[in-house]
Amino acid sequence: MATQSLPTVKRHTFSYSRELEVIYGIWLRDFKKFWREKSRLWGGVARPILWLVILGSSLKPVVTDNTLTGNVDYIQYIFPGVIGLTLIFATMQSAISIIWDREFGFLKEVLAAPVSRISIIIGKVLGGATQATLQGIITLAFAPLIGLRLTPIAVLELIVIMFGVSFALTSLGVVIASRMTSFEGFGTISNFVVMPMYFLSGGIYPTSSAPEWMQPFIAINPLSYGVDALRHITIGQGTFAFGLDVAFLAGFTVVMSMVALWLFKRE
Amino acid sequence: MTTMTEAPIRADAVLATGKPAAGVPIIQVDHLTKKFEDFTAVNDISFEVKEGEIFGFLGPNGAGKSTTIKTLCTLLQPSGGHIRVGGFDVQDDPDTVRSMIGIVFQDNSLDSDLTAQENMEFHCMVYHIPRAERAERIKRLLDLMELTEFKDRRVKTFSGGMRRRLEIARGLLHEPRLLVLDEPTVGLDPQTRNYIWQYVRDLRQVHHTAIFMTTHYMDEAENCDRIAIIDKGQIVALDTPAELKKMVGDDQIELTTRDNARVVQVIAEKYQVPVEEREGHVVIQVPSAESFAPKLLAELPTLTGGVTIETLHIRRPTLEDVFLKLTGRTIREEEGAKDQRKLNLRRLGRI
Repeated sequence: MATQSLPTVKRHTFSYSRELEVIYGIWLRDFKKFWREKSRLWGGVARPILWLVILGSSLKPVVTDNTLTGNVDYIQYIFPGVIGLTLIFATMQSAISIIWDREFGFLKEVLAAPVSRISIIIGKVLGGATQATLQGIITLAFAPLIGLRLTPIAVLELIVIMFGVSFALTSLGVVIASRMTSFEGFGTISNFVVMPMYFLSGGIYPTSSAPEWMQPFIAINPLSYGVDALRHITIGQGTFAFGLDVAFLAGFTVVMSMVALWLFKRE
Repeated sequence: MTTMTEAPIRADAVLATGKPAAGVPIIQVDHLTKKFEDFTAVNDISFEVKEGEIFGFLGPNGAGKSTTIKTLCTLLQPSGGHIRVGGFDVQDDPDTVRSMIGIVFQDNSLDSDLTAQENMEFHCMVYHIPRAERAERIKRLLDLMELTEFKDRRVKTFSGGMRRRLEIARGLLHEPRLLVLDEPTVGLDPQTRNYIWQYVRDLRQVHHTAIFMTTHYMDEAENCDRIAIIDKGQIVALDTPAELKKMVGDDQIELTTRDNARVVQVIAEKYQVPVEEREGHVVIQVPSAESFAPKLLAELPTLTGGVTIETLHIRRPTLEDVFLKLTGRTIREEEGAKDQRKLNLRRLGRI
């Protein structure tokens, strides 16, 4: 039998440095996995080609009334929408990894660890936002091809806004994922979250041309504000004030994170 | 920021005896109940596990073992009663409890897209292991589990035994006071099972780590210092394996004959010993099978008018018999019911 003294157990107390390391650890894991799976990066390349080159250039002749798009070329008009689509796909994909983690057991390793639940959520949301922003930057590289000239300042602003939009969308994704027990497939999320949010965001048409009954859905859709903010920077016009866009996204993120925290605590 | 509070963990006991830990409970379960809507998975159980003890939870799948473990590890909230680990309540101080426990879950909990080394590093980060010690601890545990040469391979390429060894290595990284093993050797080959058991015993010997494990393998339960037999959410017996087996007491003789019913009747009348027919065998309980068997072989054909014994098998009491005596069923019979109950739990409790 051992004769050495057992160490005294200390009561666990909150410490910022510890929680920061947990957030970093969760972020790092997600990022490593993302980086190894290059197929996800290609999504950032494939989507703009599909939407800008194929859909946009074919639809452009159909869209004859340029006054609705503020006399801006249609392809340039939908460019912020295509960035928005990239962001929402990427964020939902990474939020859905929570379902995989639950299904394949890794979530237990995280939940059984002495870490506060909010750090787990922040780590996860930061991870999703980083991945989405990287894919958004790839999409951004298509800007010169459609004749859109962006100053370095504008590019920086766009990256910041893309990160903010991704942050808001991932927090929504985490809420959705924490209520899904089995992996119902990305198809479900795609059909019932990604596509409706995209089509109700004003990404590919001006929201003013949407019928009256759709307006409330557009007004509560975080992606509407995200696309609007990106449009302010890329082509200098928007439906809402830029300040409102930013305020809505920030408020949405806080509310969703609180809901996610509440759901995680019940888990 | 880090104000450390002294734990109320029986400092008195340590001082009084001069020997730390011996006899001090690391786990105190007090009238624990866990319900999932109208399904009661754990029904008012109480027990204690001492420091340095190997404590086993034996029972069929769905008996409430994993639910107890999840509540102990703070993954589920008790519906009633209390659990204290090292003196800390799982509901009041979940993070303190979490930091004291190393867990090896029944199902995989590794990230199979990461390498073994990366899984270990992640664990170090979330358990706040001092940075300076990380590399050395990881190396030592991977060495111990003979995984060093595979450390940079992704876990998805690992066999079941390698994964389990890696999970044990990971569970020990933060030097837990209590190692919780949920069905640790299910699906492993005998060699790996023996290896893991040898390691678990060493661990207790050297570090005085308490081990709380669940199993539905009878032979495995024999390795425990004490066993609680759990059935349908309740503890039906709790003692050392030797004491539990005394409950069944006698040796068993299992016979097959052409006319089991007749043989049962004759043995009951003539020898006045407990006898019954079970799964096609005549099962007789006697204090000493060595002396009873020859007598039976010689006398039975005459007594029954020509029914001969076709096979004869002598068994010492096992924990399986204890389970049978206490519940009226074998653990094997329970295996069929397991999936349904697990399904219920999954649906209700999101396990």
